[in-house]
Amino acid sequence: MSGTRPEQSKLYHRKMPATWWLKKQSYFLFMLRELSSVFIALFLVVYLVQIYQLTKGPDAYIAFTQKLSSPGWILFHVVVLLFAVYHSITWFQSSAVVLPVRLGERLVPRQTVTALHIVAWAVVSLAVLILFLALKG
Amino acid sequence: MAAEKTTEPFWWGLFSAGGVVAAFLVPIQIIIIGFALPLGWISDGGALYRIWWVKLYIFVLIVLPLYHWAHRFYFTLNDIGLKPIGKLLAVLCYGGAIAGTIVTAWILLKV
Repeated sequence: MSGTRPEQSKLYHRKMPATWWLKKQSYFLFMLRELSSVFIALFLVVYLVQIYQLTKGPDAYIAFTQKLSSPGWILFHVVVLLFAVYHSITWFQSSAVVLPVRLGERLVPRQTVTALHIVAWAVVSLAVLILFLALKG
Repeated sequence: MAAEKTTEPFWWGLFSAGGVVAAFLVPIQIIIIGFALPLGWISDGGALYRIWWVKLYIFVLIVLPLYHWAHRFYFTLNDIGLKPIGKLLAVLCYGGAIAGTIVTAWILLKV
């Protein structure tokens, strides 16, 4: 990563319309992938607000949990889950490209590496669910 | 420019770690928090958040994907033509993640 960057004014900048990502399906999917991080962050902020209720006592926490059963919040979580799953799959696909796996001389096919990530994801998810069920009070 | 060159690997490291956490751990958490608890499949009074290693887990689960968001969102905003206000966006995105880190730590310590 050596070398110096030319001054900003000497770089050629082609003007791009703000809607360039609507022009091609692959650009649009790229934008959806990038936006998945916004939905994941929104979920985490709501989750943090839920945990914060515990500082006011278990009743406030349970009341907040029940509030999330309204159709609006269920829809919110459906959208957030779809984006989160899209993030997971695209992340595993790019991990297979960024971190290729070798077995001796042979390179493990990308699809296999992605599939192994998905299996690991299922195992981790099940472990989290079992831990939650064991610890909930 | 000089500052950007030295701090970028640091932010990229947090972005990458947050991407891994989000990919493996967030979907199941959405299913538990967004569906299983509100719809009554599982009942919980929140006692588990008083266990120290659960706090540590939740801290990692919330904070690292915030840095992942900051990095992705910053570059997305640049990509849709907001590069002229890039410095401000960097402060808002990465600053937002840092503020989120502090608030998360404070709440988890208070619970």
